[in-house]
Amino acid sequence: MKGLTFLLRQMAPYKGRILLALLLSALTISSHIGLMATAAYLLARAALHPAVMDLMQVIVGVRFFGIARAVFRYCERYVSHDVTFRILSRIRVSVYEAIEPLAPARLMFIKSGDLLSRIVGDVEIQKDLYLRVLAPPLVAFLVLLGFGLFLAPFDRRMPLILAALFLIGGVGIPFIIKALGQRAGERKLKEKVQLQIQTLDLIQGMTELLSFGQEAVYLEKFQATQKSYSLAQRSYARLSGLSGAALGMVSNLGMWLVLVLGITLVRQGKLDGVYLGMLALGVLSSFEAIQALPMSLQNLEENRAAADRLWELKELKPEVEETFPALSSSYTWDSSPCLEISHLSFRYTKNDPYVLKNLSFEVPLKGKLGIVGPSGAGKSSLVNLFLRYWDYHEGSIKLGGKELKSLNSEEVRQLLGVVTQKTHLFNATVKENLLLAKPQATDKELYEACRKAKIHDYILSLPQGYESMIGEEGLKLSGGQRQRLAIARVILKDAPILILDEATTGLDPVTERDVMQEMLNLMKNRTVLVISHHLPIVQNLDEIVVINEGEIVEQGTHQELLNAGKLYTRLWERADIFKSWEYVL
Amino acid sequence: MPFFRISARIMGASWRINITEQRTQLANRIKETLFLELGDEDMIDKRLLHESRRVSNFLMITIGLGVAIAGLAVVQARAFSHIVAEVFLQGAMLPQVWNSLMWILGILVVRGIVQWFSEVTAHEAAIRIKENLRERFLKTLIQLGPLYARGERAGELVNTAIEGIEALEDYFARYLPQLALAGLIPLFILFYVFPLDYESGMILLLTGPLIPVFMMLIGKLAEKKSLQQWRALSWMSAHFLDMLQGLATLKVFGRSQDQARVIGRVSDSFRRTTLSVLRIAFLSALVLEFMATISTALVAVALGLRLVYGKISFEEALFLLVIAPEFYQPLRNLGLQFHASLSGVNAANRIYEVLNQVENLEGDVLHQEMESNMSITGIPKDLTLSFKQVSLVYAAKEAPALDDLSFDVRSGERVALVGPSGAGKSSAFSLLMRFIEPTKGEILISGIPLGQFPPAQWRSHIAYLSQQPYLFSGTIEENIRLARPEALDSEVKEAAQKAAAHDFIVSFPQGYQTLVGEGGASLSGGQAQRIAIARAFLKNASLLLLDEATEGLDAESESVIQNSLTELMAGRTVLMIAHRMNTVCQADRILVLDQGKIVETGSHQELVQQQGLYSRFVQEYRGVTE
Repeated sequence: MKGLTFLLRQMAPYKGRILLALLLSALTISSHIGLMATAAYLLARAALHPAVMDLMQVIVGVRFFGIARAVFRYCERYVSHDVTFRILSRIRVSVYEAIEPLAPARLMFIKSGDLLSRIVGDVEIQKDLYLRVLAPPLVAFLVLLGFGLFLAPFDRRMPLILAALFLIGGVGIPFIIKALGQRAGERKLKEKVQLQIQTLDLIQGMTELLSFGQEAVYLEKFQATQKSYSLAQRSYARLSGLSGAALGMVSNLGMWLVLVLGITLVRQGKLDGVYLGMLALGVLSSFEAIQALPMSLQNLEENRAAADRLWELKELKPEVEETFPALSSSYTWDSSPCLEISHLSFRYTKNDPYVLKNLSFEVPLKGKLGIVGPSGAGKSSLVNLFLRYWDYHEGSIKLGGKELKSLNSEEVRQLLGVVTQKTHLFNATVKENLLLAKPQATDKELYEACRKAKIHDYILSLPQGYESMIGEEGLKLSGGQRQRLAIARVILKDAPILILDEATTGLDPVTERDVMQEMLNLMKNRTVLVISHHLPIVQNLDEIVVINEGEIVEQGTHQELLNAGKLYTRLWERADIFKSWEYVL
Repeated sequence: MPFFRISARIMGASWRINITEQRTQLANRIKETLFLELGDEDMIDKRLLHESRRVSNFLMITIGLGVAIAGLAVVQARAFSHIVAEVFLQGAMLPQVWNSLMWILGILVVRGIVQWFSEVTAHEAAIRIKENLRERFLKTLIQLGPLYARGERAGELVNTAIEGIEALEDYFARYLPQLALAGLIPLFILFYVFPLDYESGMILLLTGPLIPVFMMLIGKLAEKKSLQQWRALSWMSAHFLDMLQGLATLKVFGRSQDQARVIGRVSDSFRRTTLSVLRIAFLSALVLEFMATISTALVAVALGLRLVYGKISFEEALFLLVIAPEFYQPLRNLGLQFHASLSGVNAANRIYEVLNQVENLEGDVLHQEMESNMSITGIPKDLTLSFKQVSLVYAAKEAPALDDLSFDVRSGERVALVGPSGAGKSSAFSLLMRFIEPTKGEILISGIPLGQFPPAQWRSHIAYLSQQPYLFSGTIEENIRLARPEALDSEVKEAAQKAAAHDFIVSFPQGYQTLVGEGGASLSGGQAQRIAIARAFLKNASLLLLDEATEGLDAESESVIQNSLTELMAGRTVLMIAHRMNTVCQADRILVLDQGKIVETGSHQELVQQQGLYSRFVQEYRGVTE
């Protein structure tokens, strides 16, 4: 229910526009009622052969309704789309505001393969919120009210008939069908999931299936599942087909009842026969108002579920609490502050094992340190702490002599230039992606950074140069080009501390060597931390720390460690060296 | 057309605070995309129409029932106008019109039933087509083999097979029948109107449509409109997703907090631009609605005037008034189904991209399979292998993946393939697995050309261990048994023991019955490797193709796996793509590949002594200067 409240709150600022849209919607339907009713009335009057002049008023009425419907529909479309876009925009902003402080720490714990796409989907589905959830019942109510008031003077029972059938056709039958269809719907969904899994098995496991000669067996299995999926679809279709048929029946029944009632009234002399056709056709037309109700019921469920999930996000607390204000702007950091880590232990939650255990090491001013170790040793957790994505509670990390915890996290990040394996490039131009690092940068500065990152010439070779779009539909950049852009960003940022976290993983060896060379140039006057499980990258650094299972097991220069013949040497021997064949070629 | 991709093209960066410049740029991008030309697609997709022949009987019934519904509407209108006329003008009482009233009641029930039937048959048609297409789609994929379906494309293909084909539902169940009805029903109505009243008939014919012209008008406009709305929404969603995915990056650069404001601003300026476009696009709805209602009004007024002069009877006039809207209804319904048509054609593009591949296959497995059935030669257990001047070219303009490659492997020999990525190691494996055929040259198995064996028969002699073994949805036992479905339980267990998998398997509460794969427990990389090794033990094939895993293994499983592999290799002919020094050292012979050619060959010791590329590489990498 909280989800619904959340949605209503997002709509509240637009209640004027929503009201207008509803009114226009009701008027659109009313015009249709009006057209058919006045037209029937016109014919009835004309059948009595009056002077044409006497009919003029009615004729004008018919023409008016004939035109009004189209005009109302047009305005309604416009206003309701405007409302839809506004609501969506507000929801988007409010969801973003909820997620921003959570990222990335809290988001990692919500176990779902594609959390972000799901969030976007949950927001996007709210495009139906006004048009397909909220509007249909309200419009039906407005029409019922308005047309009921019109009918009442003829006979009190007419609005009652109308209301009863609106209820049966718009609420009763959809609910019954939904209840009946529940089982079939669930079965359909279950079979579909099964089908999906088997398709995944067939496609992603094809190498195995072919090599074991099992492809025919799996294809048969798939077909059997597809057969039962079809069966489920059939029984579902039989039920959902009832919906349309029942609605048609109910509207005609309404017309029929009013007709019978009208005939009795005419006989009793309580109703002038001239109105008979008008009332019957008017009632028939009014059922347009409940056409969308079954759909609205269905969508309500989906929109509510999506809103509930969004609400859950809003209730999460951020991982790191910002308790400290930024340092005064007059404070100046050393040109390249040092990092001191002492007795640092860390685990993600109280129930998890420690991923870092009692670590102590130091990166001196302008020093260059490498951290290596097998996968799962805790290297990336360390970066998460430096970036203040998580808070540590045991031991200390000092940045330029100040305890990291006591610093404002925005401020910390300003000091760090980070290149990670996963560099996100936005769907925007090359230039815009670079400007992220320094919005006020001049073109000259951009070119200079790109020259240093050895990507300038490539960018110029593109037809649109720095204005080329990158991302999904734009240029497909290779891994090396992406990393170079990431480096150019870091150059632009010009931060005193540089952290390279598996920055070259996934690059082919030739590129890896090139990129590494560029980084070495960049490193000259900075404090540098290089984290990698790929050893050749760290061998020329001042010092190397070897971590295994969260602990420091060795420390020293490349030669010292090789001579020691312990884990570092073993890592070298086991290294998948033939992957980096081109390294020397 | 992949709209989500197009939408990305107009995505703007939004952290820059220079608003005016950005706004015009953004607005231009939006307009560009919304007005992107639509391509001259016909109203009916020929490929899908062709598919529909398969279920033409169901579609015909659906259409027939649709016309029947219109027929019932006409009868009902007759009864209705009769009743009203009798009561109003003749002063008839309830009993006199009771029969006609019963007619209406009967018709409305029958109409409901017929409508229900038409929905059921329409869905039946769609269900059958979907079943058929899915089966063909997957069969085609299997024929194309794993080389086609690898990597990122796999996810896309799964999506097409399920959701893509599902998207055809509305195309066949709603759009196609409605398209036919939009042509038929108006004609049917005119057929009744003209004999009765020439003038009303003319009004319908002229104001409504010269039907085809009108259809084309809505066709183009409605299509464009729904397309624009759809793009508009997906544009914003794509932008939003982009920002969420980049949150960590935004944080590093200290831009994440501004973004809420920016998202709001982009949304707003986007809404304004989109509405200014839709303002025009909505005109099509206006025109459609206007034509339908104003002509009903015109018919009514014309009838009214003629009634006054007694040129037509009241009953007939009322009848004409009631059925006039029926004339337009199918056209309006068609307008509602355009989205279905659009997404149907979209899905069809993705589906046929795959289905049409089979026609493009050349010298492929399919043809080979035909010929190879003639062979009945058995494959000896102690087989030898030789590549004779084998070349492989994937795409005409690309450099060959294998270039005149020749080498022999003796029975029981262990050969390691070493070299940079793209040197042709995996291509050699794909050829051996017969996932692809050589462009030139041939592979001999104990002297017999490989092409002479049916692929399935040949593959039964190979155990293939991939870098990332795939676990199927099912139990662990089923996953191991895949290698030999008829194996005894004891054999499965033995294989698992040899692969050092037994212990971790029985440590699960459900043991061998533990569910894995999609929707099951997730195994670590090392555990999955060991399941795959158990499969290889169970299969007990004489040739082992091993693509060594490189990443994601923790130190402990690495040594365990190494031991099982050593046992697996014993007594078999082994060809391995090796990445580690200690694996390479186990090989009898090393082939150093580069750009599809063998550049060096020999054992580790020999190669180190040759002072060639191999030794230079090993030494320099190790940083040892001896």
